[in-house]
Amino acid sequence: MINLLIAIVIGILILIMAIVAIHNKSLVIGIIAAGAVSLFASILYLLLAAPDVAMTEAAIGSGLSTIIFFYVLNKIKRQNG
Amino acid sequence: MVKNSFIFVLLLGFVFLFFNLFADFSGNTELNGLAGHYAESAHKEVGAANLVTAVIVTYRGLDTLGEVTILFLSAAIVSFLLKIETASTENRKLRATSEILDTASKILVPVIFIFGIYVFINGHLTPGGGFQGGAIIASGLVLILLAKPLRQISQRLISIIESISGLSFVLLGVAGILFAAGFLDNKILSLGEFGTIFSAGLIPVIYIFVGLKVGAELSSIIANLQENQNEA
Repeated sequence: MINLLIAIVIGILILIMAIVAIHNKSLVIGIIAAGAVSLFASILYLLLAAPDVAMTEAAIGSGLSTIIFFYVLNKIKRQNG
Repeated sequence: MVKNSFIFVLLLGFVFLFFNLFADFSGNTELNGLAGHYAESAHKEVGAANLVTAVIVTYRGLDTLGEVTILFLSAAIVSFLLKIETASTENRKLRATSEILDTASKILVPVIFIFGIYVFINGHLTPGGGFQGGAIIASGLVLILLAKPLRQISQRLISIIESISGLSFVLLGVAGILFAAGFLDNKILSLGEFGTIFSAGLIPVIYIFVGLKVGAELSSIIANLQENQNEA
């Protein structure tokens, strides 16, 4: 029961972060919010007894892809200005 | 206004669809045929304590080879596209790295590397495996590049590690055809005692190569995106 409640709270947090990622004007905040979506999703996978998927999601989804987005953003900013 | 109401109607439609799915849902009380077979006979047939690894490396080993190939292709495409636009050679002024990041990277990077190696060597016993371990190693490399942006990462070393482990992965699979039941079969080595590190036949060996390959591919993507890296 308590697991179900935590899962629902995490699901709502994921939705909020996804809306922030889409609607915020600042790209940096958008990238961080997209990384937070992955982080909460990996906690959700852990609650659903899938630790293998949770490790992949935490390392690639919220770690590496966030960094790659920042590198690309930096590259684009330098080329445009 | 019309657009907003259209979105609203679409959302209502999704609510209706998913509510029907949710209302009809009832969890399975027992495993279906294939899952039941895996759960009951995997420890005898494969000898891996982690059932997910048993499925990924042996029963569905060909799919893993495909996934690694896809990752290789995307890494190759990234480096190809970034090579076309000639890298700007002027050295821009970089902000000095903060003391905290510098010191922390010196302490944490070896720990992160060892943890990544632990994850893929113990892939058949504990959660984790080649992909996860490789991603952890690549994130250690990110920490190095954040602390010392001017440090050169040897693309040559990365490509040597990547090709050797990819080739060994395929050769071990072919050896499975010759000496055991089929492609990527793990019974070339003896299955050993269940639950120890030298068990599950070929699975730890294959996962070491998968881990090195994934780590090298993700590292090459990161190193290609990092500016100030000299070509070749």
